[in-house]
Amino acid sequence: MYDIEHYVEAVSVEDAIEHLKADPDATVISGGTDVLVRLRSGKGVGGTLVSIHEIPELHGVDRLLNGTLVIGPATCFTDLAKDPLIRSCVPYLGEAVETVGGPQIRNMGTIGGNLCNGATSADSAAVMQTLNTRLVLQGPDGSREVPVTEFYLGPGKTVRKREEILTAILIEPQDYVGFTGCYIKYGKRRAMEIATLGCCVRVKLGAAPADEAAENGGGQETAAQDMQSGGNPESRVISDIRIGYGVAAPTPIRCYKTENLLRGRSAADPSVYELIGEHVLEEVQPRSSWRASKEFRLQLISELARRALREAMLSSLGNNLFA
Amino acid sequence: MLQIINMYVNGRREELAVDIRESLLETLREKLNLTSVKKGCGVGECGACTVLVDGVAVDACLYLTMWADGKHILTTEGLKTPTGELNPIQQAFVDEAAVQCGFCTPGLIMTAVELMGKGRRYTREELRKEIAGHLCRCTGYENILNALEKVLGYPKEKEG
Repeated sequence: MYDIEHYVEAVSVEDAIEHLKADPDATVISGGTDVLVRLRSGKGVGGTLVSIHEIPELHGVDRLLNGTLVIGPATCFTDLAKDPLIRSCVPYLGEAVETVGGPQIRNMGTIGGNLCNGATSADSAAVMQTLNTRLVLQGPDGSREVPVTEFYLGPGKTVRKREEILTAILIEPQDYVGFTGCYIKYGKRRAMEIATLGCCVRVKLGAAPADEAAENGGGQETAAQDMQSGGNPESRVISDIRIGYGVAAPTPIRCYKTENLLRGRSAADPSVYELIGEHVLEEVQPRSSWRASKEFRLQLISELARRALREAMLSSLGNNLFA
Repeated sequence: MLQIINMYVNGRREELAVDIRESLLETLREKLNLTSVKKGCGVGECGACTVLVDGVAVDACLYLTMWADGKHILTTEGLKTPTGELNPIQQAFVDEAAVQCGFCTPGLIMTAVELMGKGRRYTREELRKEIAGHLCRCTGYENILNALEKVLGYPKEKEG
């Protein structure tokens, strides 16, 4: 038995908000894979659960005419990972949520819960940061939109008010079209594991101005070996780059300074890998925990950034997206 | 607080008065005596309580019974044929000696039944990923994978 007093199955978002407003001890439950585990451990007992499990409009993925992806927060990880729009527009998001727990957990756990739980170790967190995702929160006084980069206040704390429901996760076309990306989760095992560190790097490569390409004489051979692909890195510049982390700080973070430093550099320049590995260290605040020491996390932060950047570049140049 | 729910368990409609605090694991074991559904960790780590809800494998320990209203639940008790024969997955577990203490077995079999329902074949590597939500402390998984591969894997090429 779960230690709760009352249970409400909300029939609509408005109904859920109504119940949350009426009962100060009420909590939202969606997939339950965090909330029920927390109850089991004796936290937040004696309250009311307002279930949004059976509200159909909170499920599924859609794309608006302007290209904005709309993810229903109650979409479970399994459905998100296999969704055709996710696979074609933001495949790294699907890959990230495929690393959550095990299959049964992914069948229940939801993408909205992953965000609202407020954990820095959430597997979707690093990717969401790089996507500039916008979160639609609906409360008793109407809806508001919050960028995911301003959503987190601290471990387990977000700007979502207790009586608000996350009703949509929006990804705008300028944040995904033309990008390739890679998410790397570091954990001691490959399943049923909370991330020791999560890193997502996404790049958008553009054509280099002719004179710049000519200057890029040195270092081409190494770069070409690194790329091992049919693309032509010499004629490409990093026109945009996004770097996101989970567990590198008390909340998921972006590394804006490093992004600015790398933007505009040649994709063939081997020093981008050194630069990313070095400069991200100035933007993170990892902690020691029983899972890993601060020192080990710092090493992971550098190394995973280099690897994720390389993978992101490879997928861009490998399939000649801009040829 | 009790509430009346209707769910279809192993093909049979069950009308039950359930406590809103119950997990599906507790309802299945204690109200319906379906003791193939094992309680292991209680927090979704071990997979011993795996059942199918509308064909999807879930940990019954992390599933509120209230959610099961109107849904179809399948446990290993529901797998045997009217003449008492075993499901191909169960038979493969017997043939490959994929069972030792047996505690993880019903859960693993239900995950395998879910995979069978998808109507495709799996490589051994894919099967390893699909059973990642189950803990077995006896077999070392090799015989379990052998059994799963027998039913869900690609046909073996003839040797020699």
